[in-house]
Amino acid sequence: MWYFLMSDAFTFGAFLIAYGTTRFATNGWPDPNQVFKSYPLAAETANAPLVFVSIMTFILIISSVTMVLAVQAGHAMKKRSVVINLILTIIGGLAFLGCQAWEWTHLHHEGAWWGSNPFPNADGTNATTNFTNFFFTITGFHGFHVFSGVIINIVMLIMTLCNVFEKRGHYLMIEKAGLYWHFVDLVWVFVFTCFYLI
Amino acid sequence: MEHTTHHSEAHHGHDTHAGGGTKEIIKVTVILTVLTIVELILGFWMIGMPENMKRHMIKATIIVLMMAKAFYIVGYFMHLKHEIKNLIMTITVPLLLFVWFIIAFLADGNSYKNLRNTYDRHHLEASKEKAKPAEHHNSHEAEEHGKEEKKPVE
Repeated sequence: MWYFLMSDAFTFGAFLIAYGTTRFATNGWPDPNQVFKSYPLAAETANAPLVFVSIMTFILIISSVTMVLAVQAGHAMKKRSVVINLILTIIGGLAFLGCQAWEWTHLHHEGAWWGSNPFPNADGTNATTNFTNFFFTITGFHGFHVFSGVIINIVMLIMTLCNVFEKRGHYLMIEKAGLYWHFVDLVWVFVFTCFYLI
Repeated sequence: MEHTTHHSEAHHGHDTHAGGGTKEIIKVTVILTVLTIVELILGFWMIGMPENMKRHMIKATIIVLMMAKAFYIVGYFMHLKHEIKNLIMTITVPLLLFVWFIIAFLADGNSYKNLRNTYDRHHLEASKEKAKPAEHHNSHEAEEHGKEEKKPVE
């Protein structure tokens, strides 16, 4: 599992380095605080940069914590606790995906998509489509990882409920699923910083 | 993974390699939350600040905090810190390649920009054109309506 995650880290690293290189090679870049400033229920009027994305970040951190608790409960062979924490993790993952779906929909309504960037650069000059291309590709790839993580966690939940791990005598599969889930959280730390903060 | 497999199969039922158990998890959660909040405070502070040395220093601080968060997630949540040394080495040493990757590629991008601005006057002029504001995006910086066509710079 660790070696798979290392290869995945190189994939994401390559994406983010490509983004950084392009950004260093371009004269102007859109201001993320101008682009990501809304949240649900007030999509048109809101002017609250960083607020919505910080909620998404905390959702993912908390779901990582519940996953650690599930792994720990697995070590102690507490089936009930494993089930509860896995369900919480799945809810966290789905909440994150919901937030991302809303954000994508909102940006799409504003005219942003692959190959179309309605946001001018921070200094008011014409922007290239690089910004939206990288944003949708990288957050999309990360979102797909979150989605597969949720699927893996659901499989783990079903296996736990069917007593597969009880019969096997250990919960090591939960630990492997946990490693994947933490990796997804880890990637978000980098994506969040590179796209929303800097 | 192999290490933990043998270990836990040998005496499953009790925590063999988690450092401080639940206490440690709570501690790391608090650290991650605090680091994120500090990052957000710095992010809010940067809003509207011009691209100067101060802003670059804040960005550098945010990157340092990001690395600290990555360390806590990998070290404690993924408990790489409690694995045997050989596994830690086989994972972290290849990742050191990123140090070179990042320096090389970002320097390359920067040099490309400078060369292009120096030798391609058209590109430099084109990148100074003000964008016309989009209907549903009231950007107060884009005042000039000079260009009718919004053509991509590159």
